[in-house]
Amino acid sequence: MALLQISEPGESTAPHQHQLAAGIDLGTTNSLVASVRSGVAETLPDLEGRHLLPSVVRYRADGAAVVGHDALTAAIGDPLNTIASVKRLMGRGVEDVKRIGEYLPYEFVPGSSGMPLLHTVAGDVSPVEVSAEILRLLKARAEETLGGELSGVVVTVPAYFDDAQRQATKDAGRLAGLNILRLLNEPTAAAVAYGLDKGSEGVIAIYDLGGGTFDISILRLNKGVFEVMSTAGDTALGGDDVDRLVADWIMQQSGMGSDAGHVDMRRLMQTARTAKEALSTVDSTGIELVRDDNAGWSGELSREQFNALIAPLVDRTLGPCRRALRDAGIRASDVQSVVMVGGSTRVPLVRERVAAFFDAEPMVDIDPDKVVAVGAAIQADILAGNKPDDEMLLLDVIPLSLGIETMGGLTEKIIHRNTTIPTARAQEFTTFKDGQTAMSVHVVQGERELVEDCRSLARFELRDIPPMVAGGARIKVTFQVDADGLLNVTAEEQTQGVTSSIEVKPSYGLSDRAIETMLRESMETAAADRDARRLREEQVDADRVLEALHSALAADGEELLQAAERKAIDAAAKQLDEQRQGNDYRAIKRAIEAVEKASSTYVERRMNSSIRKAMAGHKVDEFNSP
Amino acid sequence: MAADHSTTHFERFGLAQSFDVDPDLLDERYRDSQRAMHPDRFVNATDQERRISMQQATLINEAYQTLKDPLQRGRYLLQLAGRSFDDEHHTNSDINFLMEQMELREALGEVRNAADAFAELGVLMDRIADDIARLAGDVQRQFRSGDAASLDLAADSLVKMQFFRKLQHEAMELELALEDELAG
Repeated sequence: MALLQISEPGESTAPHQHQLAAGIDLGTTNSLVASVRSGVAETLPDLEGRHLLPSVVRYRADGAAVVGHDALTAAIGDPLNTIASVKRLMGRGVEDVKRIGEYLPYEFVPGSSGMPLLHTVAGDVSPVEVSAEILRLLKARAEETLGGELSGVVVTVPAYFDDAQRQATKDAGRLAGLNILRLLNEPTAAAVAYGLDKGSEGVIAIYDLGGGTFDISILRLNKGVFEVMSTAGDTALGGDDVDRLVADWIMQQSGMGSDAGHVDMRRLMQTARTAKEALSTVDSTGIELVRDDNAGWSGELSREQFNALIAPLVDRTLGPCRRALRDAGIRASDVQSVVMVGGSTRVPLVRERVAAFFDAEPMVDIDPDKVVAVGAAIQADILAGNKPDDEMLLLDVIPLSLGIETMGGLTEKIIHRNTTIPTARAQEFTTFKDGQTAMSVHVVQGERELVEDCRSLARFELRDIPPMVAGGARIKVTFQVDADGLLNVTAEEQTQGVTSSIEVKPSYGLSDRAIETMLRESMETAAADRDARRLREEQVDADRVLEALHSALAADGEELLQAAERKAIDAAAKQLDEQRQGNDYRAIKRAIEAVEKASSTYVERRMNSSIRKAMAGHKVDEFNSP
Repeated sequence: MAADHSTTHFERFGLAQSFDVDPDLLDERYRDSQRAMHPDRFVNATDQERRISMQQATLINEAYQTLKDPLQRGRYLLQLAGRSFDDEHHTNSDINFLMEQMELREALGEVRNAADAFAELGVLMDRIADDIARLAGDVQRQFRSGDAASLDLAADSLVKMQFFRKLQHEAMELELALEDELAG
């Protein structure tokens, strides 16, 4: 076959040159970047030795975005401009946000293409742009560590992500200037990290409970090939929900009402998370809740109580496990081992229930937070062409059925869930009116009968159909799902061989043109003189901080601050004012941080009272009203 | 899709055109083919090579899915033999078969009321699985005979198998629903 003579992997670029490649785990709570160095795949730390990057982005008034630990620290003081858990919003529409967003404190604005935008001081941003900020930082970290430009990356997604969520992730990568070699399913990445292809054969299960998503995949291993037999999950179930249950319990016990301000709510969630983490190692933990009005509360939560709280949630993950086994056509006893992925699998009850369900001791040797990034790095290394002799091959599946809308709002399945990708299916359509030259096809994803119960992916307009009598035209529409699990549609009129043009309207997400505009804008900024830009940014920031501080102090400084507190703030402000006159952006930045630190208690007191006043009618409520 | 219609699914894996397929050999040929053609092997190649790789990998997957499953394999063989396979046309006149279908369907509907629903369902699922296995044996013999009358019988058997498959699917969905209800 002629095809076999086309170049071997890696040869089309310089064959002997090592390509810099990385794997990125873009998580709900934390993100990581990993790479294969000297034959070892490992996650890359920041300058302070931290591997996990909090998936938090804070927008400042000058348009700059702060990502990671600094943003997380600021989350309490600046909740509306600090975006966390953005993965939950990826590829989602306004309707979904209504459901998910009730827990998120952000202000949503409807976007142009059905995609909600988040309102910040830096303007309205899409979840794709927020994710791109996180990816950009990880890209920079990898390039600084590895000492060169990345030739390509593998970005992981939950196996149960639908087409819109995958597309949004890929768009974020493009926006961050990454060459995405492949979107890899997180459970599959974990299996790769464990090196299960080396020697072992048989069936394994990957149980992946992340911050905001749950995935279960059943894989068959044979001679270096990872064949995904089935996958199931819940894209709105994760460790965040555990935190929320603990937070609810604390609220109940402490008498804290749901009308508490953003600052109190953020603190509550943090307290709940700390308690959850403690209970993975101790039998009982003390809880101290500090509230803004100084009405503190302290209590004790035992592991037994904790287990009772979260048992229903853990059991909710077993439904998809049963579904995945059924779709794979096997019984739990056929599964030889279970790999645990995601920070939430540290919870002892999760391990117990999973061990009991599969009757197998869960594998926890690799840090469950890092295992996905490590697997992605190994795959990236191979895809980049650094290991031309490697036999490893991943055969993944499409997690949810693809269908089209037929008469009466019913779904007709075109490609069934758990079909190995890439896959394609052609479907014939005909005109129902004489001389009809266009028609519309609505593509949905999901298992339900009614279109309204499935996810709307896109509407395709078929144009340029040659005018014929009704039923005369035969338009063949081909639905192709590529190795990233992304759908592509082409159409051809059969009788006259005309290729109909297709206009794609994604139900949620960015059009190609929107992405290109954003890309161009970000390129232009990148080309600008960086230091000058940073200095200007810091100066603007300093002015903003000082102005805000002075007007605040004038308004209620006397009322809210004690003399000593006021003195500390004034000293920091004076220092910043001096640095502002200089040319050292780093010094200005440090001075700003000092002011923020000195005034943090004050700012919290102010924000809490003002946000409480402004709460009514904000956040997601705008969408809730009929 | 831009299918290469001159190549049959059997030819694609270098297998003889027959209902009798060695499953291990099929698995092996499938893996080898994907190792050579999968898009993962061409991420750095030209656009054209990548497109071809995706089309080929798609065809390999389709061929594997078709040949792996006795029902799909049988239907595909009939299609290659130039016989149109139409479920509507093959409405069964086999009274025994129709009676059993009705009986099984009724029994499935009653499972929820049984004292031990899972045990009852298990018995029914075993019975359905036996029926499918028996039909697969029939189909195998009929294809081996290979004459026109036998192929007609094979088509009949495949339609019946399709019915049992549907029942099997419903039984599995019911079991899943029962398990989920039990788990609360």
